[in-house]
Amino acid sequence: MSSQDNSQLVSQIEELSGQRVSDCYQCGCCTAGCPVGELMDPPPSRAIRLLQLGRAQELLASEGIWVCASCLVCGTRCPRNVDYAKIAEACRALILRAKRSQVDPDVVDDQDLQDVPQQAFIASFRKFSV
Amino acid sequence: MKRRIGVFVCHCGINIAGVVKVPELVERAKNIPGVVTALDYVYCCSDPGQRLIRETIQKERLEGIVVACCSPNLHEATFRKAAAEAGLNPYLCEIANIREQCSWVTSDRDAATEKAEGIVRTMVAKVSHDQPLVRLGVPIVKRALVVGAGIAGIQAALDIANAGYEVVLVEKEPSIGGHMAQLSETFPTLDCSQCILTPKTVEAGRHPKIRLLTYSEVAEVSGFVGNFRVKIRQKPRYVDLDACTGCGICLEKCPVRVESVFDRNLTRRRAIYRLFPQAVPNKVVIDAQHCRQLQGKKCGVCAKVCPAQAIRYDDQERIVEEEVGAIVLATGYELFDSRRLGAYGLGVVPDVIDSLAFERILSASGPFAGEVRRPSDGRVPKRVVFVQCAGSRDSNQGVPYCSKICCMYTAKHALLYRHRVHDGEAVVCYIDVRTPGKGFEEFYRRATDEGVQYLRGKVSKIFRRGDRVVVWAADTLAGKKLEIEADMVVLASAVVPNPDGVALARRLKIPVDGWGFLSEAHPKLRPVETLTAGFFLCGCGQGPKDIPETVAQASGAAAKVLAMFGQSELYHEPVTAVVDEEICVGCGNCERTCAYEAVRVDPHRGKAVVQAVMCEGCGACSVACPAGAINLKNFTKQSLTEMVDV
Repeated sequence: MSSQDNSQLVSQIEELSGQRVSDCYQCGCCTAGCPVGELMDPPPSRAIRLLQLGRAQELLASEGIWVCASCLVCGTRCPRNVDYAKIAEACRALILRAKRSQVDPDVVDDQDLQDVPQQAFIASFRKFSV
Repeated sequence: MKRRIGVFVCHCGINIAGVVKVPELVERAKNIPGVVTALDYVYCCSDPGQRLIRETIQKERLEGIVVACCSPNLHEATFRKAAAEAGLNPYLCEIANIREQCSWVTSDRDAATEKAEGIVRTMVAKVSHDQPLVRLGVPIVKRALVVGAGIAGIQAALDIANAGYEVVLVEKEPSIGGHMAQLSETFPTLDCSQCILTPKTVEAGRHPKIRLLTYSEVAEVSGFVGNFRVKIRQKPRYVDLDACTGCGICLEKCPVRVESVFDRNLTRRRAIYRLFPQAVPNKVVIDAQHCRQLQGKKCGVCAKVCPAQAIRYDDQERIVEEEVGAIVLATGYELFDSRRLGAYGLGVVPDVIDSLAFERILSASGPFAGEVRRPSDGRVPKRVVFVQCAGSRDSNQGVPYCSKICCMYTAKHALLYRHRVHDGEAVVCYIDVRTPGKGFEEFYRRATDEGVQYLRGKVSKIFRRGDRVVVWAADTLAGKKLEIEADMVVLASAVVPNPDGVALARRLKIPVDGWGFLSEAHPKLRPVETLTAGFFLCGCGQGPKDIPETVAQASGAAAKVLAMFGQSELYHEPVTAVVDEEICVGCGNCERTCAYEAVRVDPHRGKAVVQAVMCEGCGACSVACPAGAINLKNFTKQSLTEMVDV
């Protein structure tokens, strides 16, 4: 992916979320207050850092944006009024709108088939496959 | 008869000549009616440039000149002086600004030349109508008023007094010293704040040229630069200042205990009190709100025990009037109320305190006599978290600016804590550490070398768990969220201007910025003056700063006052408003419009009267007058019409 495509992605994320990533001065307050911060990779402040560096594709491929619980604590306490929950939401929307199959019934591993409730499987096929 | 007018076009190097076609402009200027000569020079403001202007004025017997150059802010004074030296009235020299308003805003050479000609024509029209004016001389009262007796006010007052002029030093608290009296030690040298402050407070208290008015506030200022009349409200102290010896017997016997604001509510004082034992003046004061006797209940203990019989329950507020020539505003700062940052738990969790409270804890005269103990149970805290930017750099819940001093005092706090509690752990949560000052970086390094742990990340939340304080922080360098269990948390709260100072500035119409800090006349070149003549400023009321910078600024303000007092009289620009009494109907629009209180309607004659020395020549009254009766000298309606109509 070229740097031009990446910077286009960053502008798209900014437009969808209504946030300006250059506002963030990387204080880390969002990460400090995030209730799922320990599980989130990258945590909010690092995610915004990736966008500041124009590495949008890396963020879209990460798991962190799917871990965000949208509790809005990050944005509420942000000293620069950047709302990471909205940025994560924009990233997820971009992926979903791309209309690509994110899950393939043929490659689900057996353990998951055992563990995950059937309803959840069906729901995820509906939501994440074309 | 037309005036003989000369036009001088400056190249300003390539600033003007690079865009405006100067030779063409000179030719066009020669065709303007009234212009007898037009010349150009590469730098008119230089010595040879000024000589050219002087010689041309004399050779051509010019009666008015227009210099087409940079902004009048820069060189109007230069060229008017040159004109005066050649025998021309300086107010018959006008500036056509063809740099900022022409060559700098376009690269189109033809359009720029066209516009430059227009500007020159306008100023030629103006100078044809200008009247020769003479500067107004104003006598000066060579006494100064200093508002606020923290370290800034004390320094300014001492400098002015030591030069031999009288100073009235007004302080709203019962004794002088300001916030510096609350501090323990000072960065980066760790000398004791009290030890370096008290010699100054004592000197200010005893100086024969300083009249000290404590427990007093400026109520009203009237007049103008060099001649201010000030009304000062002296709050009732209920203690005779001359009789009280400061023996302190009353302080032991008073039955009332209230929280001490000086000790940031960590201790309790009596209803009769003094701020601290080394106070200047070392006299007590009764807090009327809490005194049993003054609240109409039975007491009177202090009066009974006072060996000097200094208690006056019938004391009244007094108004003191003073005449001064200059006023120094040293109104100081307060800490941002970090209770407004709800997630930080100040005021809810007892062991979360702000930085001034920690200064009191560290201070030998503080609540624990210099031992570091936590407020809730008096235990020695084994782990203290210092939270920087508690309100600073926070456009969401605090203030957007950097408070400048917190990085250094937090390093000092952490270091002093480690000195007092050897097995204690000091953790500093910061966003950036800013150390731009002499010895500052070295001091910060010393803190880290001596074992203070620095964590880069802003704290999100502080709450209580059992008897401990939990801090949710982050290590942004490692990209990890952290939870720290501590015994005490110190918030480096933002510096905000003292609200009483802001209110005073608003009453005096001294400009303040969006946060209430006093605005200087020019951020770089006039840093200790305000835009209102005669008012000077210094200290944290102008912006957050440390002690050395405050002292330097205070001495700077004093130097400006002394420069003014060194003159025999002050000169005022003669471009002021004049009233045509034949037309004026006394409607009062001008009086209401004037920002400088320079116009008053005489109630007996029903005519507006301008006090020329107070008029700043802004022209607002002239616009507001429905009858066209009030005009600015050299900006008459006729001259303005012709200036537009060129």
